[in-house]
Amino acid sequence: MSLNRTITFVVNGKKKEINVDVRQSLLEVLRERLGMISVKQGCAVGECGACTVLIDDVPIDACLYLAVWADGRSIRTVEGETKNDELSRVQEAFVNEGAVQCGICTPGFVMAATAFVEKHKGRKVSRHEIRRGLAGNLCRCTGYDTIISAVEKSMDDDH
Amino acid sequence: MFNIKSYDKAGSTEEAIRLLKENPGAHLIAGGTDVLVKLHKGKGQFDHLIDIHDIAELNFINQNDDGDLVIGPLSCFTHVAESELIRKHIPILSEAILTIGGPQVRNMATIGGNLCNGVPSADSATPLIALNAVVTIQGPDGSRQMPLEDFFLGPSRVALAHHEIMTAITVSRDNYAGYYGHFFKYAMRDAMDIATIGCSAVCKVEEQVLADLRLAYGVAAPVPIRCKDTENKIRGRKISTQLLDDIADAVCDDVRPRNSWRAAKDFRLHIIATLAHRVVKQAILNAGGTIQ
Repeated sequence: MSLNRTITFVVNGKKKEINVDVRQSLLEVLRERLGMISVKQGCAVGECGACTVLIDDVPIDACLYLAVWADGRSIRTVEGETKNDELSRVQEAFVNEGAVQCGICTPGFVMAATAFVEKHKGRKVSRHEIRRGLAGNLCRCTGYDTIISAVEKSMDDDH
Repeated sequence: MFNIKSYDKAGSTEEAIRLLKENPGAHLIAGGTDVLVKLHKGKGQFDHLIDIHDIAELNFINQNDDGDLVIGPLSCFTHVAESELIRKHIPILSEAILTIGGPQVRNMATIGGNLCNGVPSADSATPLIALNAVVTIQGPDGSRQMPLEDFFLGPSRVALAHHEIMTAITVSRDNYAGYYGHFFKYAMRDAMDIATIGCSAVCKVEEQVLADLRLAYGVAAPVPIRCKDTENKIRGRKISTQLLDDIADAVCDDVRPRNSWRAAKDFRLHIIATLAHRVVKQAILNAGGTIQ
């Protein structure tokens, strides 16, 4: 029995039809087939969040997601967040707050933070809620404070 | 690449059951957060998969005409925790689920998967057994129901035959109406951690009397358990600090924790007694009781 399937999905706004192996994770397909190298493999078991992408705007770990499950869905990675050479608000806040050190966890954090900001739009959230919202992402450099601040800044009402 | 040797995707419950019958060595995969980790670690017994990830008829949360809450096992944790019905009627289940993993894991992992894995630390199990949840299991010859508490047979062993599949988790109205609860998970970290001990208390208070108590623990025995001896001993007693002390003493005879690298048996017993006191107290306060 063949382990290949043809799937159709939207990646960062562009429709794609590709042939995938059912044994492949979405992480492998995005990185190795589509060149989306922002999607990092950290732990490969759903603990570090470095491979976080949004599926229909919901953050998931791409390492624990079979590529075939993406059939018919819409995926967002960091590659699609910068539009017309302009950083997204979350990306800009990460830069301004110095929420980046070695950078390996950053794309995953940006996507998890983007989903959190969109989900809580128009609501006042505490730093504790932001921490809970980003609990699925690990960073070994920053100590998290600057990352939490970046998310806070992304949620200010003055934009 | 995962070492998957065969893969079939089921579009319906019936098809999943048929595929299970045809493939005696196959395992179901739902959210994938356990099965894919096992495959990643090279556990070969999971290399024949039947994919039930997208069976829409098993992904629902509703209330039937009798007021019973019915949860489809393929509901992901986020959907259950954020469901208006769940938050209104059995908020203890939302509280427990929000201690599981992190957001990404909760967006993928399913409540049925958590229960069918049969691990003693399943965080969704203790609130549900404290709520007297009943599970519906479907096989080739029809469906049957059983209390969730009896579904757990041992570590990683549940009352599912190979060709059976869980199709519903039900909390009947008489088991939640008038009841209030509280959940606490003791773990080393506040997120992305496995419980050292999990505790769920559901109670009914009538005129300062503990009219009913249902107390459940995770990781306190080889399966998630109810403390029925304790419950029977204290049912109907007047609420007091002494009552809480007596509950904390009594639970130690109901549980069978073990030594593991995560925690020593004595330490677990200490947590179990402490949580009996604190979690039951909070459940009583939530139910409108006062403690003198």
